[in-house]
Amino acid sequence: MTVHNLYLFDRNGVCLHYSEWHRKKQAGIPKEEEYKLMYGMLFSIRSFVSKMSPLDMKDGFLSFQTSRYKLHYYETPTGIKVVMNTDLGVGPIRDVLHHIYSALYVEFVVKNPLCPLGQTVQSELFRSRLDSYVRSLPFFSARAG
Amino acid sequence: MSRQANRGTESKKMSSELFTLTYGALVTQLCKDYENDEDVNKQLDRMGYNIGVRLIEDFLARSNVGRCHDFRETADVIAKVAFKMYLGITPSITNWSPAGDEFSLILENNPLVDFVELPDNHSALIYSNLLCGVLRGALEMVQMAVEAKFVQDTLKGDGVTEIRMRFIRRIEDNLPAGEE
Repeated sequence: MTVHNLYLFDRNGVCLHYSEWHRKKQAGIPKEEEYKLMYGMLFSIRSFVSKMSPLDMKDGFLSFQTSRYKLHYYETPTGIKVVMNTDLGVGPIRDVLHHIYSALYVEFVVKNPLCPLGQTVQSELFRSRLDSYVRSLPFFSARAG
Repeated sequence: MSRQANRGTESKKMSSELFTLTYGALVTQLCKDYENDEDVNKQLDRMGYNIGVRLIEDFLARSNVGRCHDFRETADVIAKVAFKMYLGITPSITNWSPAGDEFSLILENNPLVDFVELPDNHSALIYSNLLCGVLRGALEMVQMAVEAKFVQDTLKGDGVTEIRMRFIRRIEDNLPAGEE
């Protein structure tokens, strides 16, 4: 099991933060284009899930899986989106993504008056705390899954 | 500042008097800086707005409140969870409009105005106007354009303090640039 990478978007589609740990293939396009592509896909998937659901929605879009990786999605009512790509063996991690939002983003970015909202996060403290947290996760391991 | 590792929904202890006195000093300084009360009111509202857009993230992180589906649910969350969390009070909700787009928050006691007596030369000052800015900023972040204003104030001699909340419109999600 392993974590490939993580994106953090705000409700306007700005990529607030990107980290990667075990990513073997790059997208081959500029990073800014990759962020836009990812955000556009998530926007469409969220809209699709909402419109096509045969039942009233509770949490909306949660994750999707391909033959090689799994994308996990968590969105707050304020539109902050935490997106983590992992390998296939990782189960639901909504609590992990919520922790990244509530204990890392809110504590080290929102409560930092020198971090303007709506822009790429420049806080080294946030970046290092996030990295330490992800590396401590039980499913963060370079062992073959 | 050292900080406990786990936070959950525990509330931090802090002298409410420190907050009251800090707010009082802020208002006093604004009254010295600006010629008239209307400008002070605008500055308090603007500061409150900037506080509200960040406070809502802390609130969502600490509570387990999901998305509210209507204005009545929003009112309950504001009065029973949010005011309790940040000010230690629970306003009552009254005076719903028939359309369900307006309600009033009745504050029996407003911790911002402990120790405060308004002098006669500040009759237009809305002392706690920061609260209106906070409410507007926080709700804008969850896609609700609202108007919040004091319609009764114990500092003005009214029996209670009343904040009138009016839903204006839902703010649409932004489409990613370049789509459609």
